[in-house]
Amino acid sequence: MADPLALFRMMLTIREAELALSRLFADGEVPGFIHLSVGQEAVAAGICAALGQQDSVASTHRGHGHALARGMALEGFFAEVMAKATGLCRGRGGSMHVADLQRGMLGANGIVGAGAPIALGAALAHRTRGTDGVAVAFFGDGALAEGTMHETLNMAAIWRLPLLMVCENNGWAEFSRSDTQVAAKLAAWTAAYGVRHVEVDGNDVTAVTEAATSAVAALRRGEGPRVIEARTHRWRGHFEGDPQRYRDPEEAGRMAEQDPIARTRAALLAAGTAEAALEAAEAETRDAVIAAIAAARTAPPADWMAALSGVYAPVEV
Amino acid sequence: MAELRMVQAVNRALTEAMAEDPAVILLGEDIGAAGGPFGATRGLLDRFGPERVRDTPISEAGLVGAAVGAALSGLKPVAEIMFMDFITLAMDALVNQAAKARFMFGGQRGVPMVLRTPHGGGLSAGPQHSQCLEAWLCHIPGLKVVCPATPADAQALLRSAIADPDPVVFVENKALYAMKGEVEDAPEAVPIGRARIARAGRDATIVAYGAAVHWANDAATTLAADGIEAEVIDLRSLQPWDESTVLESLARTHHLVIAQEAVEAFGVGAEIAARMADIGFDELDGPILRVGAPFTPVPFAKELERAYRPDAARIAAAVRRTLD
Repeated sequence: MADPLALFRMMLTIREAELALSRLFADGEVPGFIHLSVGQEAVAAGICAALGQQDSVASTHRGHGHALARGMALEGFFAEVMAKATGLCRGRGGSMHVADLQRGMLGANGIVGAGAPIALGAALAHRTRGTDGVAVAFFGDGALAEGTMHETLNMAAIWRLPLLMVCENNGWAEFSRSDTQVAAKLAAWTAAYGVRHVEVDGNDVTAVTEAATSAVAALRRGEGPRVIEARTHRWRGHFEGDPQRYRDPEEAGRMAEQDPIARTRAALLAAGTAEAALEAAEAETRDAVIAAIAAARTAPPADWMAALSGVYAPVEV
Repeated sequence: MAELRMVQAVNRALTEAMAEDPAVILLGEDIGAAGGPFGATRGLLDRFGPERVRDTPISEAGLVGAAVGAALSGLKPVAEIMFMDFITLAMDALVNQAAKARFMFGGQRGVPMVLRTPHGGGLSAGPQHSQCLEAWLCHIPGLKVVCPATPADAQALLRSAIADPDPVVFVENKALYAMKGEVEDAPEAVPIGRARIARAGRDATIVAYGAAVHWANDAATTLAADGIEAEVIDLRSLQPWDESTVLESLARTHHLVIAQEAVEAFGVGAEIAARMADIGFDELDGPILRVGAPFTPVPFAKELERAYRPDAARIAAAVRRTLD
């Protein structure tokens, strides 16, 4: 089981990084569209804490947390989202395509529902090569309306592949309440495919980690796919700049009460972690984010000539 | 040297690639026990087992997406889409995922997958089982598109496609599956992107691919009876395509006709015509003409499909027109 302080630090890193992105976006230092996962950090941190080096993750458009929890370095992350040549994707992908293939992070994804079959393929690769690796497909509750989700769970079930599908159920399908978009409840949907579904408080990082650890162990034993439904909250809009006219302002208060980071902090204190240790963790993560942003600011811009020759593998002569 | 049907040449290339490299796996609908709807994967399940020859459900989007994920994870999947028409269901995986991964992940990794799929009509298969949709895919940076016209090229090009570090769409003409041809026991590699001069000639160049190569050869035979020597270039690869071979031929013949089974408008021929009108402008002594299908869906009735499909007569007429 992951060290609770390490989980706390990971959630803090994601939170600090995303709040910084929000400011950078507002100031025009981050171009394009960004989708923040503020409030959902416990899911990314808890699930990824249960994974090993060899495992694979396919993510969503709201994928910063998954990438960071998978170990993507802050320097490469910020340089990418700030469109620099030193970005891990050399400034060609940006926020919606952060990826770290060395760490089995197969990419955030601009297409809702597209990551699931990619994770399925990764699970297939683990099986074919005879490793005990597993693959995780993160998805949102709105994605359940996409056909690829059904195709993926069906194939994973008939082939009993080591695929963990993790629903970050924040109640929203972009700008619409997901219960107006999707008729099936995830538990019933999962049961229809003969797959085990576990619901967990997605704002409780310990609960998420425990559920993930148990599911991943079952996957490694060859027991077939699993679905974890983590109920959580999307604190921000669908994208930065979303005025959220469709949302009840009182929801914000309810969300803050369940802040996964505040809850973990309180639990750590209650369990005897010194306040000074928590403050040190907070200061260190903040400093790491500041340093990564500073490095990205001085990095060279994305390189057009390199991009032009980066569509295909170099031709061997 | 063996005489093989086109579909057997495909089967041989798959067998060889799988025997050589355990990372090569197959995914597709009814490719296992059934051996594929056209028999391209016959015998492979028995030889390589169900882990490497995966019969998938009828889930084109899911199976091509899984091929992308497997390719990003170190395998070399060869996915089959039963009819090219069904590629519509897998376009996200192909266009937004496979084609873009190398570029948008900054070169961290490529997607070494092949998507095999049969196109083409002539079988009264109707509007949803006969289309030639390759031009769509040629339009997508990151994809390669190949379309062999002979069993020898089917074998060699499929080996090259499987060995390629990037996603390759391997288009097989289903009307050619039964065609026989010699395949060497240890054939030379055919690199993707190199055309073949199928017939030499000095008066006009006919560029074609897939089934149209054979119509072009027939047209050249007809024209030869009237003393017109047409050169036939079999493109073999559509993306990338062999610009220099076409330009060199045009520089000798000064007349160009491009023939394809696909709908003529906005097709592969349009791209070749536009490029040659640019870089080959000084060589041209007549208009560049295209021969392709009319702007309608592929009809079912035999007499309608006969009227719809381009053929040797139309190609010969185009050559005469540009020489006129």
